Amino acid sequence: MEKELKTNRRDFLKIFATAGGGLLIGFNWTGCDSPKMKVVSDEEVLNSALNFNSYLSISPTDHVVIFSPNPELGQNIKTSFPMIVAEELDVDWSKVRVQQAFLDTEKYDRQVTGGSGAMPHSWERLRTAGATARQMLMEAAAKRLGVSVSDLKTENGHVIHGSKKLTYGELANEAALIPVPENVKLKNINDFKIIGTPVKNVDNKAMFTGQPLYGLDIYREGMVHAMIQRPPFGMKLKSVDAEAVKQIKGVKDVLTFKNNVAIVGDSTWPLMKARKQLKVQYEPIDGKLESTAFHNQVFDEMLNTGKGDVKRQDGDVRTAFSSAAKVVKSEYQCPFLSHSPMEPMNFFAHVKADGVELVGPTQTPDRARNAAAEICGVSPDKVTVEMTRLGGGFGRRLRADFVEEAVELSKMLNAPVKLTWSREDDITGGAYRPAVKYRFEAALDKDNKLIGYKLRGVGINAGNCTRENNFPSGSVDNLLIESLEYKSPITTNAWRAPITNFLAFAEQSFLDEVAEAAGKDPVAFRLELLDRAKSNPVGEIHYDIDRMRKVVETVAEKSGWGNKQGVSQGISVYFSHRSYVGQVAEARMVNGAPVLDKIYAVTDCGIVVNPTGADQQVRGGMVDGMGHAMFTNMTFTDGISDQKNFDSYRLIKMKEIPEIETHFIDNGIDPTGLGEPALPPTGGAIANAIYKASGKRVRNQPFMEQEEMKNVKLADPA
Amino acid sequence: MANYKLQINGKSYEVDVDEDTPLLWVLRDNLGLVGTKYSCGIAQCGACTVHINDEAVRSCVLPVSAVKNDKVTTIEGLSEKGDHPVQKAWEEVDVAQCGYCQAGQIMTAAAFLKKYPSPSDEEIVEGMNANICRCGTYHRIKEAVKLASAKTK
Ligand code: FES
Ligand code: FES
Repeated sequence: MEKELKTNRRDFLKIFATAGGGLLIGFNWTGCDSPKMKVVSDEEVLNSALNFNSYLSISPTDHVVIFSPNPELGQNIKTSFPMIVAEELDVDWSKVRVQQAFLDTEKYDRQVTGGSGAMPHSWERLRTAGATARQMLMEAAAKRLGVSVSDLKTENGHVIHGSKKLTYGELANEAALIPVPENVKLKNINDFKIIGTPVKNVDNKAMFTGQPLYGLDIYREGMVHAMIQRPPFGMKLKSVDAEAVKQIKGVKDVLTFKNNVAIVGDSTWPLMKARKQLKVQYEPIDGKLESTAFHNQVFDEMLNTGKGDVKRQDGDVRTAFSSAAKVVKSEYQCPFLSHSPMEPMNFFAHVKADGVELVGPTQTPDRARNAAAEICGVSPDKVTVEMTRLGGGFGRRLRADFVEEAVELSKMLNAPVKLTWSREDDITGGAYRPAVKYRFEAALDKDNKLIGYKLRGVGINAGNCTRENNFPSGSVDNLLIESLEYKSPITTNAWRAPITNFLAFAEQSFLDEVAEAAGKDPVAFRLELLDRAKSNPVGEIHYDIDRMRKVVETVAEKSGWGNKQGVSQGISVYFSHRSYVGQVAEARMVNGAPVLDKIYAVTDCGIVVNPTGADQQVRGGMVDGMGHAMFTNMTFTDGISDQKNFDSYRLIKMKEIPEIETHFIDNGIDPTGLGEPALPPTGGAIANAIYKASGKRVRNQPFMEQEEMKNVKLADPA
Repeated sequence: MANYKLQINGKSYEVDVDEDTPLLWVLRDNLGLVGTKYSCGIAQCGACTVHINDEAVRSCVLPVSAVKNDKVTTIEGLSEKGDHPVQKAWEEVDVAQCGYCQAGQIMTAAAFLKKYPSPSDEEIVEGMNANICRCGTYHRIKEAVKLASAKTK
């Protein structure tokens, strides 16, 4: 099986075939159709035009191989999805090998990572695939033993009849001849043996011994290295003086295309050196270049006078606010953010006479393929995409800009090209989390009941910067949600938990402000609103009130809400990218400053497939949410970000993380994703705890650069 | 260009590169030792950490000309079978998410534990703080360093 680790697709499939003679089933786990399944031959796989995105094979040697079609960027899908197949197949996990499938433009359907959507989408399909193979093995065993299927059971890769035990491996050949059954029975979730147990990352060994796994680790015969100097936002290329640079040893050429200046050479370092000496002049495309001060002005002007796009309207806010006994009004603002995965953008492209070979880290191989096809004027089936492991993505690798650049260069140079972005390219290169400013208003009546709620948000290239149907919508009689957008040359893109990565903080902080104005406990206030939504819903409700309630109650219970001496607690709860997450942060005053000690997180993502992976995703999301809420800033001067590398673009470090305690409400409901859900609530829980401890309400991110937080030291494990 | 003889993972290598070429790029581009990662290039993240003799060093800012006869160890050479106590602890604690920073984390931890075999929690945080993990695996890194320390005792 060793040989199967080769990363060349043709080799892989050949070896796969020679290991054959077993059972090989093609199925879809990311496709949109109902799960179609077919027993396929090695030959069919080899010349495959079969529309399956995954294969499950059982060899006569008892080895089970499961292809993982989705890009792996740390969300652990490459481990958790095969677990589900193996569960229904009823095999010993130690016999399972997982292979990253390559994007085959003909064979595979959609292969995308993003939006925490893969798990809910594929759960049923993965189970059915495993159960189908199991059923076929049982039918094969029944035939061989001359008994009925109902007298058989399976266990750990064996079909069992009384004291007789047949391995899947010895049945694989015969099972392959059984027609694919139409309806198979799935396990009772109480009988799960693999799902719900901690299964370690299948790539651990390779990662911890430095094996080539990532895009930057790709080196090919005859390949040239390339780096690109890109214009600031709103500018175009005016002139290039590349003479000095061309003299640098190791630099082969300097080319320009689409306002970019590319330096190519035989290794990375000469290009990095050349970048420093390259003289490039840019000129504004039209008008003025944007800076942060200008954006601040835009926010205020648009919030005050801009015409909002009404996203949701319940009741009559005008009357509610004019009759209110109290009105609470607050504004919250966040900066742009770069995704800054630890592996900078990169891609390998080889444009050949008969097609294009692409290799590298992408969240959307499909988009990469289509982009390459368009640039080269070939049909998409002439483009192959090999997906490497991703050194983080956070949404950045949903775009194909870096793929397009590599393809353009390979086409111009008529050679295989590896394009590498420097960290500076990565941070100044756009596709940012949009900067947004929100204005919230709440109206309370004389009994301190919330009778009106308004949210007006302005985003820079943010699309709809609200999530109009999220809580507290449905619990307030009179509600108005409006979104406005300013179009800027600064490019934006989905960034882990798009929009909610900031909106949740703003909303959960504001609800605390309202609770305080109403003289209510923050937990009790949220429960009161949920009760209201349940007993007398206003308009459509898009979240499950009971699940949300359960999360609030559980996090209050786990954190000992309201029962702790000398500790200030802040709560935040969010229906977050299909899952429900409640968090309570705890702060203590030390020498007059709040110190963040601990955050409790309670997550309802339905069935927890892999507890070790789930705990990782929740922690990772929270550290991410906390780091960017507290420390990371991105400001602009004349169309380019002031922060260019990790010396000024500040990421959270080990010293700054509080203790985190994770809990899951494992309620047997079909699982939802975990790549995003834990991030959005964290900022709000922290801000609410800081306020409780210090009386300082911080409304803008990053916290540590705000006036309110001057001289405040946080999260020091003192 | 100049010729440099390097002692890496117990083997001798020869490369012909400019004297200011950082060891990182010699390892990756010239020698095919790609386990050592590039992320910032300015000594801010630790992804490129290797050992020079027994010290953890950021190879992205170490010119090849400064290496001389020093013994270089990369993640590929930390142990023959991937079974250094730190690597084993990383596996046991299931530390990685995307995994990109982890070679640097492991190399930093291995050098740190060599110096401080029985560190306190505070010392671990101090010793590991300069290595960034964008995926936020810090809790597990801490736990794994503790476990590795216990394993070596
Ligand atoms: S790449 Fe060397 S410290 Fe970041
Ligand atoms: S595991 Fe992804 S950067 Fe550390």
